[in-house]
Amino acid sequence: MSNQTDKATLASMHADHGTTVGQPFCDNAKLSTRNVDVYYADNQAIHDVSLDIGRNEVIALIGPSGCGKSTYLRCLNRMNDTIDICKVTGQLLLDGQNIYAKNQDPVLLRARVGMVFQKPNPFPKSIYDNVAYGPRIHGLTSNKAELDDLVEESLIKAGLFKEVKDRLEAPGTGLSGGQQQRLCIARTIAVQPEVILMDEPASALDPIATAIIEELISELRKNYTIVIVTHSMQQAARVSQRTAYFHLGKLIEVGETNQIFTNPKHELTEKYITGRFG
Amino acid sequence: MTISAILFLLVLLAAFSFFMGRQKVHAVYLKQRQNSDLDVRLRVKFTLPKYFGYVAALWSLVPALLVLMVIEIVDEPIITKQLTNYMVQSNINIEENFDLYLNEIQNLDVNHIEGIDPAKVKVFEKFSDLNSIASTAKSVVVLALAILMTVFGLKKITVDLPARQYFEKAIEIILLLAASIAVLTTVGIVLSVLFESIRFFGEIPVVDFMFGTQWSPQTAIRPDQVGSSATFGAVPLFIGTMLISFVALVVAVPLGLMSAIFLSEYASSKFRSFAKPVLEILAGIPTVVYGFFAALTVAPFIRQLGESVGLSVASESALAAGLVMGIMIIPFVSSLADDVISAVPQSMREGSLGLGATKSETIIKVLIPAALPGIVGGVLLAASRAIGETMIVVMAAGLAANLTVNPLNAVTTVTVQIVTLLTGDQEFDSAKTLAAFALGLMLFLTTLVLNVIALYVVRKYREQYD
Ligand SMILES: Nc1ncnc2c1ncn2[C@@H]1O[C@H](COP(=O)(O)OP(=O)(O)OP(=O)(O)O)[C@@H](O)[C@H]1O
Ligand SMILES: [Mg+2]
Repeated sequence: MSNQTDKATLASMHADHGTTVGQPFCDNAKLSTRNVDVYYADNQAIHDVSLDIGRNEVIALIGPSGCGKSTYLRCLNRMNDTIDICKVTGQLLLDGQNIYAKNQDPVLLRARVGMVFQKPNPFPKSIYDNVAYGPRIHGLTSNKAELDDLVEESLIKAGLFKEVKDRLEAPGTGLSGGQQQRLCIARTIAVQPEVILMDEPASALDPIATAIIEELISELRKNYTIVIVTHSMQQAARVSQRTAYFHLGKLIEVGETNQIFTNPKHELTEKYITGRFG
Repeated sequence: MTISAILFLLVLLAAFSFFMGRQKVHAVYLKQRQNSDLDVRLRVKFTLPKYFGYVAALWSLVPALLVLMVIEIVDEPIITKQLTNYMVQSNINIEENFDLYLNEIQNLDVNHIEGIDPAKVKVFEKFSDLNSIASTAKSVVVLALAILMTVFGLKKITVDLPARQYFEKAIEIILLLAASIAVLTTVGIVLSVLFESIRFFGEIPVVDFMFGTQWSPQTAIRPDQVGSSATFGAVPLFIGTMLISFVALVVAVPLGLMSAIFLSEYASSKFRSFAKPVLEILAGIPTVVYGFFAALTVAPFIRQLGESVGLSVASESALAAGLVMGIMIIPFVSSLADDVISAVPQSMREGSLGLGATKSETIIKVLIPAALPGIVGGVLLAASRAIGETMIVVMAAGLAANLTVNPLNAVTTVTVQIVTLLTGDQEFDSAKTLAAFALGLMLFLTTLVLNVIALYVVRKYREQYD
């Protein structure tokens, strides 16, 4: 059986049974999702996605625009609750606990599963207050000095501190787009979540700021689990251990990042990463 | 010809010019668009033929309208002048006031002139003559000018005319005119109030008015009556106004803000689309209705309630008026606040919720600060409405100018006193009448100060998103 027919068989298998190629599951799962369907009113955006996200791993979600990466990501911290017409079914577990259980507190969940959005959305407050926002509402620090330290540390980690240390009282909305995104990252890590969801965190950044963020991601991996949506294949290759390829709301293929980029098993994945569509 | 007929003809003419102007360039326009030379193409590319039509229409319309306006303003004085000359020449003398006489002449009916003083009839006939001459002259001049300008304008229309730019300029000027009418009217009102107030302060010292604590504007008819001289101390009125407005705002601001938050953040969109218009109806109920509701239901209720705990409550109380007024102005706060809170971008909410903030934390720490200008605007609108409200106060709080800050007493307000000063037959330059203008001026200044304060609050505490 040649390589070509192998791929064709797998592709048809996928089409027939809706199964995902590769290794979607892992032993040491932080987040585990099974048979997730997401609907916006009558329009189904995610079809039967089953995927595990390992502890302390960085997993990259890639796929063409509109394929449902953001939608899937937003299920993981129940951000989709804010959209009236959005309905999520299937099983989603964080440390074995059902995320969508009736008694699950979404507020606590979102403190544990932080999120950096596709478009930078700093609050119209000072840079300091932006970063201190989470620690303040959760009472993470007991005095001003501790809070100052936490703010500074978060800004350093996000690679923004040097640029803003003299104007912490200036409004966060007055920063450039890339700076705003790093501010949002600082704001998220200040809460010290267990999982960080990043929706194209570097799409507005220049190469230097991107490098800082990527370094930060590698650094954060020691303590956190990270899910990152990206359109940059290079970025996925640089920061992630596993990569998941989405297509039209279906999870086509998951695997070791190296393998996905060098030897994709599914035809669609191959087409995408070789740039034949997307 | 009547004004409306002239206007109708002008509009017809303008429509004609529009089509002619458009037609005139149309063929050349199409040809130039196909031209191989880019320069020639570009010249017409971003100017549609209709713009040439608009410019032609403006040529026929605007000068004629301006002239018509001028004639309308000057024709009456000229006719009056002619009429006086005629009366002098034909030795017609009148005893009564000339304005009144003129008024009678104008109101004479051609079919019922039997039995009326023949001199008067003569004047009336002259008046009718003059009028018809003026009217004909007006029509001829205006229409001739319009036709002339149409011909001239159409002659000037060529493809090379920067028609689009002209039209934009014309639009700008028209908008400017509209804006200046609003501004000039305001300035005019303020100035007239100011001048009348100055006349008032010529009779009553400013200090007595601003700091006097006694308000009794009635001058006694007989000198031996009590209170034979009027006093115009405005302090009780302003305290009364503030007291009632304060009570109203204490009711309206929390209720309005909370219902706005509920509607924008908690209610389903279905409930919101039903509840919001219903809430807005509150502002549409005639104030008289609120007034009798306050006087017949709320005031007695408060009185009973007060008496049951041993308080003495006037049957007309500031509290009753303020409470009902507060209900009335809820929509001013809620509707505006709801709009601005809803307008805060969804990404702000998600940012906050994504950090593990609760809904109420998000509302208090992110949404309200971001929506502050609109909220303050709503409160201000409600406050101005409360300050200006008259009917509810007349019916529920009374006319007695008591100097008190106890909301259980009867008080009166500035606007109520303005009404009582000006109703009934008045001489127009007595201190009593002029006092109304002084009160109006003070009221205007009060709202102005309120606006300035609000502007300052917004500048200082606003958190601007983009
Ligand atoms: N709020 C919404 N209401 C209705 N449909 C939505 C909504 N958000 C997303 N969708 C639909 O769900 C599908 C997946 O969208 P999603 O935003 O998840 O794509 P994505 O993979 O993140 O794309 P991109 O790379 O462009 O960000 C799209 O077809 C989109 O139209
Ligand atoms: Mg997306």
